[in-house]
Amino acid sequence: MSTKSVAESVTTSGKQTVDLAQQTVRDLNQALHDQNKELTIAEWEVLNPKGEHNLAVGLDQKLKVDIYGPVGYYCAGMNKEADITVHGHAGQGIAENMMSGSVRVKGNASSAAGATAHGGFLVIEGDAGSRCGISMKGIDIVVKGNVGHMSCFMGQAGSLVVCGDAGDALGDSLYEVHIYVKGSVKSLGADCIEKEMRQEHLDELSALLEKAGVDEDPKAFKRYGSARQLYNFKVDNASAY
Amino acid sequence: MTEKKKYMTVPRESATFDKLTMAEIRRAADTGIYDIRGAGAKRKLPHFDDLLFLGASMSRYPLEGYREKCNTSVTLGTRFAKKPITIDTPVTIAGMSFGALSAYAKEALGRGASAVGTSTTTGDGGMTPEERGQSSKLVYQYLPSRYGMNPDDLRKADAIEVVLGQGAKPGGGGMLLGQKITERVAKMRTLPMGVDQRSACRHPDWTGPDDLEIKIKELREITDWQVPIYIKVGATRTYYDVKLAVKAGADVIVVDGMQGGTAATQDVFIEHVGIPTMAAIPQAVQALQEMGMHRKVQLIVSGGIRNGADVAKCMALGADAVAIGTAALVALGDNDPKWEEEYQKLGSTAGSYDDWHEGRDPAGISTQDPELMKRFDPVEGGRRLANYIRVLTLEAQTLARACGKNDLRHLEPEDLVALTVESAAMARVPLAGTSWIPGTHTF
Amino acid sequence: MCGIVGLYLKNDKYEDRLGELFAPMLIAMTERGPDSAGFAVYGDEVDQGVKLTLRNEDENYDWSALAKEIEAKLNTKVDWFQNSKVAVFKVDIDAETVENYLMENHQDVLIMSSGKSIEILKEVGLPERIVNLFHLENMKGSHIIGHTRMATESAVTMAGSHPFSTGMDLCLVHNGSLSNHNRLRQELKREGIHFETENDSEVAAGYLTYRLQQGDSLNEALTHALDDLDGFFTFTIGTKDGFAVVRDPIACKPAVIAETDDYVAMASEYQALTTLPGIENAKVWEPEPSKVYVWERTTH
Repeated sequence: MSTKSVAESVTTSGKQTVDLAQQTVRDLNQALHDQNKELTIAEWEVLNPKGEHNLAVGLDQKLKVDIYGPVGYYCAGMNKEADITVHGHAGQGIAENMMSGSVRVKGNASSAAGATAHGGFLVIEGDAGSRCGISMKGIDIVVKGNVGHMSCFMGQAGSLVVCGDAGDALGDSLYEVHIYVKGSVKSLGADCIEKEMRQEHLDELSALLEKAGVDEDPKAFKRYGSARQLYNFKVDNASAY
Repeated sequence: MTEKKKYMTVPRESATFDKLTMAEIRRAADTGIYDIRGAGAKRKLPHFDDLLFLGASMSRYPLEGYREKCNTSVTLGTRFAKKPITIDTPVTIAGMSFGALSAYAKEALGRGASAVGTSTTTGDGGMTPEERGQSSKLVYQYLPSRYGMNPDDLRKADAIEVVLGQGAKPGGGGMLLGQKITERVAKMRTLPMGVDQRSACRHPDWTGPDDLEIKIKELREITDWQVPIYIKVGATRTYYDVKLAVKAGADVIVVDGMQGGTAATQDVFIEHVGIPTMAAIPQAVQALQEMGMHRKVQLIVSGGIRNGADVAKCMALGADAVAIGTAALVALGDNDPKWEEEYQKLGSTAGSYDDWHEGRDPAGISTQDPELMKRFDPVEGGRRLANYIRVLTLEAQTLARACGKNDLRHLEPEDLVALTVESAAMARVPLAGTSWIPGTHTF
Repeated sequence: MCGIVGLYLKNDKYEDRLGELFAPMLIAMTERGPDSAGFAVYGDEVDQGVKLTLRNEDENYDWSALAKEIEAKLNTKVDWFQNSKVAVFKVDIDAETVENYLMENHQDVLIMSSGKSIEILKEVGLPERIVNLFHLENMKGSHIIGHTRMATESAVTMAGSHPFSTGMDLCLVHNGSLSNHNRLRQELKREGIHFETENDSEVAAGYLTYRLQQGDSLNEALTHALDDLDGFFTFTIGTKDGFAVVRDPIACKPAVIAETDDYVAMASEYQALTTLPGIENAKVWEPEPSKVYVWERTTH
């Protein structure tokens, strides 16, 4: 499928363009991985993604990658270091298991955004689907719109900020994620409760909003967290298991 | 004055409400929680012991032991991976987590496996430097919890095993009680110390084979298509599951029968879900054959493999390799009678100890307790495991040579007969002395 | 385990281009379902009588003779055309009479669908092959629903392919896996619903047929389905004038909907929607669990 090598299309400005109408996902990822050992081209733009899966996965370098158009499943999966922007909608599992760096989605994101991610920063400018931040392990996620049901299910560490509304069973079986929601919460999941918003939380939330470039008043948010009742088995909680 | 009774009524134990059953009822009534334990199914199941080999005599010629070659090496992952794995013996080490096992025990598994040129496997909880360092071929498990999952370790792995389930609990998640979530385990899993860790039963970002296909491509893209990707399933609807694993893009399929162990899950799950290992293999092989993929997508089977005869029988039924877990722990020294006194103190006995999740293993293997861990020497453990695998390999070779084979994988179902109707039906080999295979018209 | 796609036109702007717009949507779902593919197209409605999609495995089957026979024996008029192994018969009498006649006298002829406007076309093979085989690009109509299949438990056959229809102008496509379909099939059989396969999705279609027969609206039937069907599913359903999407309460199988002034489109993945006109400005969302989404044309 590949008609020319990625290196041939480097422009004089130092910005590399990969057109997925001409090249394959494999070409793109290999070219980006070739930067893992030695950084020679820092800025990349990807054209015609057309909802393809697994774009810009497994990066391990300070790259700036702009993808113009919709992406499929697992875009920016397991990202380290790189700053990736999707100028369009994103499919399931955007930035799944991200370690560091940042991912920004200009449109909506499908389910399991930021799933199991250990670090880094994910901003979704539209809505996120169900299970946003499922089993998250340290990532910070800011969603400008709404999140779907079962968001932050079994969330372990990190922060989830929702500027819109949250769907059913928010934070079910939560461990230690800090959840902030401005709008309504359709229902809280097992062991997730509303908690007092102290100054340290306002500070944390302000910093996240600022970092995401979102103009919202932290005081308008409510904080949710783990009641820690499911941490060790108690027979009285059997119905929640 | 009492008249002596002529006929005494002999107390009769109920087969339905036997002592074990009644003890369980009392335990449940006392505690309000189901029994959680480790290991695999303990009930009697149709097993490889019910199969026999037809050695060579007049119609077939045997090979001379030790002199005439009988190959045991197998290459795994030849379908898509740029770097398939070649193992010198078809006996591999199944996934067992750091957390369930001590770091020393993981190290010993690596040492033993490497000494005999085979692979070992991580588990739920990530890859430790100890096991990576000591394992020449390390399979990295990709599990629903993604504890400790990171791209650096992924790229260090020699293969990736996407775990959908295990034989002890197909359809269930894991359970690690608070006692074992020590500081190091908690850190690797990003959990608060001392919590009961409940692992999910489904992956967080995909469900079903159509989505798995995309997930597998992601893992291949991240690793630049270098390493083989395995799919592990617990044995249930194995015929369909194997077909879907092939369609989803697996290089290798691991089928774990219901005798396969677990660190901890509900006893009701272990004993009542899944099918025996012997019954799963013919289903898996049929699925592969129908797709023209037998030997192209390699099949590893596990669950109750104990000796070289079990290994050879799995191979004869069509497996390319086997994996051992419980047997490997026993080889390391788990459940050794020398700790009998201490097992008694835990309310168990050597050979029956299965409360691995509680972390008080006197043998120092399935524990995170620093004092208990010290009892276990990883160098000696590694040596013992290597010896054991060598014996399994030699035994399997002995049987293969007796059947006239110069390669373990040349063993065929036609080299086997069954002792019982059940085993004949499940393994799809004839009842000994007959040509009758019950139920071959369907599965 | 599969890919599903649907396109429902809210006005007649794209009616002449329905097949042309839909073909790339179906092909985009190839990876999710390489075993077989199919679609149900609604259009070319008959005022009187019934439209049947018939199929015979013999490519040289004499459809003309069958049409003449029906005309003579049932004293009616048949207007027909052939498309691959399939023929569409428009017959000027009620459906039951024709269906009974065919079942009694021509058991080698399969009735794929019956209704006023539905036509179901499906085949084993890659979606692109099915698109070309049936000349999907040339088709016109008001709505269309398609499916690409990765077979799970039942066989890879034409009959096991989606869409499934078990009632007049009704069809269903499914992504997921039902867990209580065997018992439910038995119950529905007792209620007189007929099944051709062991497929779980056909049970879902049969269940809807049953509910509609009981007088449920499409919305009510799907609400009942949420109680009675267990397992994982995203369904897309077509009726003569309607189009519906529903997901199970857990909602793990993917689905995305895009809506503009001119159409509603749904797909397992957004990828399948990227070629639609005006998609850049469409309202795009993921259907919520346990929520029934229905679009119906009141006048058509």
